[in-house]
Amino acid sequence: MSSQESRAAAELRFDRVTKHYAGRETAALSELSLEIPAGTFCVLVGPSGGGKTTALKMVNRLIPFDSGDITIDGRSVRDLPLVALRRGIGYVIQQVGLFPHMTIGENVATVPRLLGWPKRRIRERTAELLELVGLEAADARRYPAQLSGGQRQRVGLARALAADPPLLLMDEPFGALDPITRTRLQDELRRLHHEVRKTVIFVTHDVDEAIKMGDRIAILREGGVLAQYDTPDAILAHPADEFVAQFIGEDRALRRLALRTLGDVELDPVDGSTDVPRAPRSTTLRNAVSLMVGAGSDRIVALDDGGTPVGTLRLSRIEELL
Amino acid sequence: MIVAGAFTGAFHFIVHNPHFLASKTLDQIELSAAALGIALVVALPLGVVLGHFHRGATIAIGASILGRALPSLVLIGIFLTVLGIGFRNNTVALAVLATGPILTNSYESVDRVDRDAVDAAIGLGMTHVQILRRIELPLALPLLFTGLRVAAVTVVATAPVAAVAGGGGLGDIIVNQASYGLSGVLGASFCVMALSAAVFLALFGLQIAVTPRALRATKVPGNLSGKEPA
Amino acid sequence: MSLASGPVIPNFGKGSACVRGDHTFCWDWVRDHWNDTLSPALVQHIELTVIAVGIGFALAFALALLAHSYRLLEQPFGIVSALLYTIPSIALFQLLVPFTGITWTTVEIALVAYTLVILYPNITAGLRSTSPEVLEAARGMGLTRQQVLWRVELPLAVPAIIAGLRIAVVSTISIGTIAAFLLPKGLGYPIFVALGNPTPFKTEIYSAGALAIGLALVCDALLVLLRRLLVPWARLRFA
Repeated sequence: MSSQESRAAAELRFDRVTKHYAGRETAALSELSLEIPAGTFCVLVGPSGGGKTTALKMVNRLIPFDSGDITIDGRSVRDLPLVALRRGIGYVIQQVGLFPHMTIGENVATVPRLLGWPKRRIRERTAELLELVGLEAADARRYPAQLSGGQRQRVGLARALAADPPLLLMDEPFGALDPITRTRLQDELRRLHHEVRKTVIFVTHDVDEAIKMGDRIAILREGGVLAQYDTPDAILAHPADEFVAQFIGEDRALRRLALRTLGDVELDPVDGSTDVPRAPRSTTLRNAVSLMVGAGSDRIVALDDGGTPVGTLRLSRIEELL
Repeated sequence: MIVAGAFTGAFHFIVHNPHFLASKTLDQIELSAAALGIALVVALPLGVVLGHFHRGATIAIGASILGRALPSLVLIGIFLTVLGIGFRNNTVALAVLATGPILTNSYESVDRVDRDAVDAAIGLGMTHVQILRRIELPLALPLLFTGLRVAAVTVVATAPVAAVAGGGGLGDIIVNQASYGLSGVLGASFCVMALSAAVFLALFGLQIAVTPRALRATKVPGNLSGKEPA
Repeated sequence: MSLASGPVIPNFGKGSACVRGDHTFCWDWVRDHWNDTLSPALVQHIELTVIAVGIGFALAFALALLAHSYRLLEQPFGIVSALLYTIPSIALFQLLVPFTGITWTTVEIALVAYTLVILYPNITAGLRSTSPEVLEAARGMGLTRQQVLWRVELPLAVPAIIAGLRIAVVSTISIGTIAAFLLPKGLGYPIFVALGNPTPFKTEIYSAGALAIGLALVCDALLVLLRRLLVPWARLRFA
């Protein structure tokens, strides 16, 4: 791994991390072991009490752990001086926590300033980041009180990314937003992650969000026990136990279908059927099924961007695609 | 040494002059009560009404600022020239002092009542008076009473200054060290402090008695910022 | 407690008709006596206030920082301040005399005490007013304790501090008038002098009073202006 790459994204490892709170019988975390390759978008999901936020906050040592270890690129988080550790990790929380007395620009520039970057570099980086998160350059002079919830969270993200950390921690960042804004920010974050492949640990209690966002999902059950750790598709196809199956819901087969589109699968040749629903290649399999069922048809025609039919998919083939 | 002497002297003074002090204290209570009464009658309804309609914030809050900026001495002096020496001028001067906290707090306490509760009441068809009586005032009591307490203690502690303008009360002793000595001054000051404390507690007790059971918090009121001593 | 006596009815026999008749307000008296009575009183009063508030603020600030960093001293002050306000200032001045004599110092000690007792709770409350999520974000980003205090908590405490300063300054100007009971200084002095007379001279009372009130209002306005300068972020609405 070249130094350039390891700067861009870090490998994170939990090694049998355990934590007990005094006076509580169940552990907050029980021997949690996770290996998160560099550049992965890893989602920690589970019911409350599952320890997902606790695990997250242990990485930047806001919460201490009793035993086990957490390593970043092989170095234990306990070895690094605390402040240096935190300045090297991006941290985004649900309430954002923007500094009300600073402009947006000053907020974003916080860590670079702490690190002593030259002013010009800070200015350029701020402008770059604001564009990256979908804000305007002029916004740099405004104050947090003047922004909407969605805009503030974008600033929170920009602030976390400012010093180009190899690791990003996000604690239910979209939880306080309305559904429309949430969806939009989720999409943008995914797009961003494709561009800037950092290692992201993302905590949420929303299974749908986890499936949508994650390269890998770690499901933590109550008591901080790891129930399953795998790709969304694998979890949906083969839930490890009853708890996971319950957690992801009985409609998991349909959810798996939502993960792929018509364009992803091998289509049958166009057979000239008329009176059959048509949809663009980008339609998810789940929506395709919905269209077929709704129209009472046993097949659907896929279209390319120009609207030309490029293939057919039969309802009966759906099974084998799962 | 001096401290010990002064303190013992003060207690001596108190012990040896109970009737004298009692009569002076009564005078002071009379003066303070009259002043507070005037301020209450004028400022409380005004503040409550303004708060209910969420208007006149500038007046209500400005009253406090202005009140603080009016030195008690100046007020006493002015009213002495207008109303002559005696009871009336000092009562009015002290009443002016008391108006600030009462007006501001009665305004704020009603203004800040949970809007949702008030909106619900409007939706249910309550009249203005009903909303005030049943919803806003009960919820406004803590802040309202804080204002009352601040005003009351201010008046009691400021009244001694009025002695230079014929106000009577314990101030007569306090401004007259020549006649009563330092022990007298100290003794009378203790009486003033005791009176303040008594008034404070009495009002606090009244507040608890008047607050609906469900809303009773057991917090002792904290900072008394905005108060002005004599 | 004797008042150093100054001119009682000024300009015996030389006064204008207005003065001799003690009409409501005599501008000529004001003009004549600006330099020897009113202006020095005003200057003394300003001096008095500046010293008291300056020292009081410095003390309150230091104590508040200590209390904030070490989590002590939070409760006792509520009680002390409540107690202090029940002591009539006239009494407090006199009570300090055996210790520090009839001097500026006595007056200043009392004034500093009253100021301290207003400013300390305000500064502490201001420091504590930062939202928990802002603090969490700051810590999580890697600001040290000191940096959090000086770059986040203190700037956010400025509104509360200025609010406290407004009250403290105006109160000090107000109590300062009573200081004249002790020392022939400050704007209270002309008033005491006038009151000591069987027929109090109205103009003297009104002019000194107006100056005191005016001074207080001007200082309050200046502090409001200061707040607007220092805290551009506090009055914004979501636009």
